[in-house]
Parts: sequence; C-alpha cells; structure tokens
Amino acid sequence: MTALLLCPQGKLKILAMKLKSNIATSESGFVFNPATGDSFSSNPVAAEILLLLKDNNSLKEIKQIILSRYEVESSQVEKDLDDFLTHLKENNLLEL
Amino acid sequence: MTKKRKLVIAVTGLNNIDSPGPGIPVVRALRECDDFDVRIIGLSYESLEPGIYMKEMVDKTYQIPYPSAGTEMLLSRLLTINDVENLDLIIPNFDAELYNFIKISDKLKDAGITTFLPSVDQLDARDKINLYSFGQKFDFKVPEDKIIYSVEKISEAVDEFEFPIVVKGKYYEATVAYTIEQAEKAFHRLNAKWGLPIIIQKFISGNEINVAALGDGNGNMISAVPMRKLYITDKGKAWAGITLQDESLIELAQQFIAVTKWKGGFELEIMRTKEGESYIMEVNPRFPAWIYLTAASGQNQPAALTKMALGEKVEPFKNYEVGKMFIRYSWDLITNIDQFQQISAFGEL
Repeated sequence: MTALLLCPQGKLKILAMKLKSNIATSESGFVFNPATGDSFSSNPVAAEILLLLKDNNSLKEIKQIILSRYEVESSQVEKDLDDFLTHLKENNLLEL
Repeated sequence: MTKKRKLVIAVTGLNNIDSPGPGIPVVRALRECDDFDVRIIGLSYESLEPGIYMKEMVDKTYQIPYPSAGTEMLLSRLLTINDVENLDLIIPNFDAELYNFIKISDKLKDAGITTFLPSVDQLDARDKINLYSFGQKFDFKVPEDKIIYSVEKISEAVDEFEFPIVVKGKYYEATVAYTIEQAEKAFHRLNAKWGLPIIIQKFISGNEINVAALGDGNGNMISAVPMRKLYITDKGKAWAGITLQDESLIELAQQFIAVTKWKGGFELEIMRTKEGESYIMEVNPRFPAWIYLTAASGQNQPAALTKMALGEKVEPFKNYEVGKMFIRYSWDLITNIDQFQQISAFGEL
C-alpha cells in the first residue's frame, strides 16, 4: 500500500489530467487499479481531489474548489496539485 | 427445481500445506456448483496430506502409488478403487503424475472413468525444458534459458545472461542467484531433489501475475481469470491475491489455447515488466492452488471442466468479478491416531 500525500509547496505544472476510467476510488481515499492490482490510501484532501478528478473536473476547477474549502495560498494549491498528479502519473493511474 | 446430478469425482493434490496442492480448492469449487451432488474420492500419496482428514471436503481417501511406480501400478490401483466407488471422473492435480494419468486415460475410459487432460505432446511442449523454443515458435515472450546437466556449465550461462540468474528445478522450485556460489549451491540442491537437467533462466524483473485458464481441446478458451499475487511466501507461493482486469492477459491465454489446442486447466505464470511486456515464465499443466478464486469470481473452472469431461457443451464464460481477493490461512485440524493408522496401514480412510 502506498500513501499518496499532498506536498507542501509549488506551482501547478500539469494543466489537464484525467484518472483512468477503470480506477476505483472511494470517499475514504482508497484507490484500486484493477489492471495491476495495486491499491493506495490517500489523505482526506487527496481523496477529495481524486473524487473531483473522477467527476471530470478540470484542474482549474479543482484548484478553485480547494481554495474555496480551505484557507490556503493559491501558489501552494498549485504546487500540491502538481506533486500529487506526479504521484498519480508515476503510479500509472492517469490517462496518458 | 432441477435435480442435481450425482457424480463421483476423484482428485489428487490433497496436500493443503504451506506450498499447497490444488486438490482441496478444486473440491471446494466442485461442491459449490449447483448442478452437481458430488461424492469426492481423495487420492493421496502420503498419510499426512491434510485433505485426507478434511471430511467436509473429501468423503473417502485412497492412497495411490507414487508416479515413479509407473502406469501399470497406478491403473491397477485405480481400477480397484473404481470397483468400490464407481468413479465418473478423475481430476489429477500434480505436474509429476500427469504423464501417467494421460498414458492410462484410454484404459480408464474403458472402465467408465473420464478424464479431461492434455495430450503428452501438449504436455511436453510447455515443459520448462522446451518453453523457450515453444515461445520462439509461437511468438510468445519467454525468458532465454540454458538447459544444463553439469555445474560447470553455469558460468557459460552467466556469461550470456549476467547476474542475477534464475536456477530452476526440473519439476518444481526456482532460486534467484546473484553470485556463482549461490548458483552452484542452488544447482546441487535442485539436482538432489528433482534430478537433472537444471534450467538456468535469464532474470526478468517485474510484477508476477498468474492466469488460471481452461481450454476445451479444440482451441477454444472456456475461461481465463488473471490474478496478481499480493503476498508471496518464501517458497514463492501466493498467500494472498486479487483478480485483475486486463484484456491483454486474457488474450495471451486465448493465444496459448489457440496454438496448443489445450485440453483442460492450466496456469500461465507471467512476469509483467515495468515497460508493460508480458513474459511467460512457466506454464503449469493443471489447475493452480488458487483455483477456487475463479469460482469465487464467477468462473467456476473445475465445474466447467467436469461438465466438458462428461460430454456437455460449455459456453465460454464472459465475465468475472475484478478485485476479488483470496487470503490463505492455516488451521490446526485435529484428528485421532486411529485415523492416521487407518490411512497408513490400510491405504484408505
């Protein structure tokens, strides 16, 4: 099991990303890739982002939603999202 | 409600131990099939195979001669058992016994006992010793190997493959060796246990995935369920696993069945590299020990094999549940000395 965590700082480099359609996510932040058998757990904010990605929200929309829900700098959200998406990509969870 | 068909089915592989045989999982799948009312006859080699004592699984067990005793002894014993039990079907579950069962399958048929097994040629084609050339012939990715009969030949293989290498026994077991000393030690250990030759295989790094599949003998695939091992014991056996959704693995099993016209159950052991390439590491010519997962996920392969063996037309399965998991556990089965004595002294229980 791999933990997907939001990192503390940075800028949003990846502009458009989509979770693979077969990836199963749950509100508790559990992620299952049925093609590889890999499973992951994510922290509550990452779980929110996963569900937003699953609902086909753009990264811009996700950023706005996170900013509206949490007291956080815009630049920080961008960096965290960027890092998180890199994690997802490395773990083969995103459409290429 | 339709009446369940009464069947007497004999199975081997009752060694439900840390490196388990497929017998008990096969029985469990058969017992869960709504179409049958089965009486299960266990065929054992040793007195401490746990399945002998699992009375909710196996109704009666008979010891049979080791494969090295030859086909005549085996046939004679099975016919004696048949006189009492009136067997409909035998499902052998060990690699090492398959050759003998295939050889006597016609004589068993004459006695009214059905089997559903590959031919000797099919068995030989996927043998570890022939697997690389089999892959070359039919365009499957198989790691390069060298078949060696003396320990001195290891260095030649190392020159070609570089460390690490995989040292494999003729029938079972494999060791990854990182030095010449480790490779030589593995050679001697595997030679002592399984005999020559020893297979030196190029090491392929990746995720180990297995596919349990069933062919009808005419090139059609009836079932294929891929599984990734989630927890592997020090003997390399799956202690937990999960069904996967991957069309390419299903297609690989389909291709294998199409070119071999495989009859019966088998298991593809696959190494999936980081680049997404699927190497066939081994083809086991019988159901794997995790076969119950196929039934649990919606494709009861032992039941489908039974129906085909009895001459029924079986339609290929289309779906299975992805993300279905198994986790093995151990359990201290309690029995009495008289039971042990019975199977040890009289060869039946």
